[in-house]
Amino acid sequence: MPTSKSEPTGPAGGRAGPCYDLAVIGAGPAGLAAADTAARFGLRVALVDAGSRLGGQYYRHPAPELGAARPGRLHHGWAVFTRLRARLAASPLVDHLAGHHVWAAEAGGPGDGGRPWRLHATHGPGAADRTTVRARAVLLATGAHERHLPFPGWTLPGVVSAGGAQAVLKSSLVLPGRRIVVAGSGPLLLAVASSLVSAGAEVPAVVEAASYLGYARGLPVLAGNPAKLAEGAAHGAGLLRRGVRLRRGSAVVEAHGTDRVTAVTVARLDSRWRPVPGSGRRIACDALAIGHGLVPQIELAVELGAGTVTGPDGAVALEVDAEQRTSVPGLWAAGETCGVGGADLALAEGVLAAHAVAGRPAPAREAATRRRRRAFAALMAAAHAPGPDWTGWVTDDTEVCRCEEVPAREVRAAVEELGAGDARTVKLLTRAGMGWCQGRMCGPAVARLSGGGAGRPDSRPLSCPVPLAQLAEPRPD
Amino acid sequence: MDPFDLVGAEPGPARTVLFDGRPVPALPGQTLAAALWADGVLAWRTTRGGGRPRGAFCGIGQCFDCLATVNGRPNQRLCLLPAEHGDTVTTQEGHGHADLEV
Ligand SMILES: Cc1cc2nc3c(=O)[nH]c(=O)nc-3n(C[C@H](O)[C@H](O)[C@H](O)COP(=O)(O)OP(=O)(O)OC[C@H]3O[C@@H](n4cnc5c(N)ncnc54)[C@H](O)[C@@H]3O)c2cc1C
Ligand code: FES
Repeated sequence: MPTSKSEPTGPAGGRAGPCYDLAVIGAGPAGLAAADTAARFGLRVALVDAGSRLGGQYYRHPAPELGAARPGRLHHGWAVFTRLRARLAASPLVDHLAGHHVWAAEAGGPGDGGRPWRLHATHGPGAADRTTVRARAVLLATGAHERHLPFPGWTLPGVVSAGGAQAVLKSSLVLPGRRIVVAGSGPLLLAVASSLVSAGAEVPAVVEAASYLGYARGLPVLAGNPAKLAEGAAHGAGLLRRGVRLRRGSAVVEAHGTDRVTAVTVARLDSRWRPVPGSGRRIACDALAIGHGLVPQIELAVELGAGTVTGPDGAVALEVDAEQRTSVPGLWAAGETCGVGGADLALAEGVLAAHAVAGRPAPAREAATRRRRRAFAALMAAAHAPGPDWTGWVTDDTEVCRCEEVPAREVRAAVEELGAGDARTVKLLTRAGMGWCQGRMCGPAVARLSGGGAGRPDSRPLSCPVPLAQLAEPRPD
Repeated sequence: MDPFDLVGAEPGPARTVLFDGRPVPALPGQTLAAALWADGVLAWRTTRGGGRPRGAFCGIGQCFDCLATVNGRPNQRLCLLPAEHGDTVTTQEGHGHADLEV
């Protein structure tokens, strides 16, 4: 598998590169499994990822220069990854386009004779640092990003996203602090707390907003997913052994400090996630890792008009059939883009998608895994869905949009005084969600404060900021 | 226990980057953001409006909070840039997103 930081396909310079049978966007569990399976069926595959190394979020690992003898200590199922990586490296059919961020996809024409798909990618700041990848079919395996609910003090240095703390630990072997509170909602919190503790951090508390009662309603689903339960139990037991307290039905309602976080206030929540007055307790810390679940990253498909579904937690995912086909002909999706459900599910869906692209019948084992894990994912999403009254901890001064520094007061004024009825209007009136991150950090919060749910998926015509020179350049072929 | 013990890491010798003129060690393979965190630095930007300190938040290139000037070029995401010997990182005040198009 040739790996390239520049472009093996060459079209930026005007040369037409190869037309692949399949272009996979995203080299996490879903994309890796799909590329591997497709190559085994003889398809020529481009595996395109914005990151420099294979693995995506789950298999994120230290740079080789850090000389880690046991990189798998921060993962379950590390051997699955090393097997996939070795097979892909040995395959002459797979090109890995590392460091290539796809910012737009142009749909191909129908049928074998039709115009191929074109993926536009940037791989650097210069005018020439762009590539167009051509392919007969595209698999969107771009994963998810974290959902954040703002609270007073969440923009202080030392307040970091839970997945981010995990990512920096896994890739650079560094912690954001020594005494780290982990808070928010969702199963990722337990995984993050486990990693932080095993890497030597003190975690005074894991603060989970959900009560976990939601899980009790899904006993048959739980019984069908023993491996998932074992994983959760292993994290839980490991944390307990190290004296880490899990506080359920609670939230960090304020981070304190002037130039960096020095403490947080944790309050109990009622069933609608409204903080219980007088229940606040202060916990000293030098970092806070925060996250409220994950949201599928699907803008490339949304711009193409692909059909979506809204999950029990309000997160919008791509709608796919049993073989991972989206509603756009020639576009497949696998993993978290179809709804957040973890690495095993992503692996299975990648395999299923590759079978379908190659015209092979769906393998029974992966189909069964998918059924079980999708049911579990729905249960999880419902159990951790943000309660409707979390906005009770958002004071008027709380910054909602980190990029544009828009306080809740302005969002509320747009709704109450100017009559804005939806997130789009609020955005236009306040600039909340119009900054560099394109609303990834504040989108769900702005939607809720505007009185609605997540509603429509966000539109992002360009999936990432693209240097002007690359946009201005006439398109080759 | 620290992260290096956990994964049995034996990194090569540290390189030096300059943060606002002060030398900061960075191990080969670490990002600039990670090297600063390891040195206890959590902020390297002040916001345009309120002039408030910011550093890395998402850690994976999505939030654009970790922007700073690197080797004279503004608006670089430190969570994505591998630390190279002699890199100079300067705290970025206000904006300078002229060459970013969203
Ligand atoms: C920050 C973060 C940390 C996480 N940590 C854990 C963890 O420790 N344990 C756990 O069980 N789960 C974790 N998860 C959950 C994780 O999403 C899944 O379990 C699993 O990694 C999903 O696999 P995937 O293949 O669907 O997507 P991912 O693994 O997320 O892979 C998606 C890949 O697509 C690439 N990509 C995205 N957009 C583009 C684009 N436009 N152009 C090019 N490439 C693109 C990304 O660089 C990434 O490599 C984390 C999630 C996040 C967001
Ligand atoms: S920390 Fe979010 S982009 Fe770097």
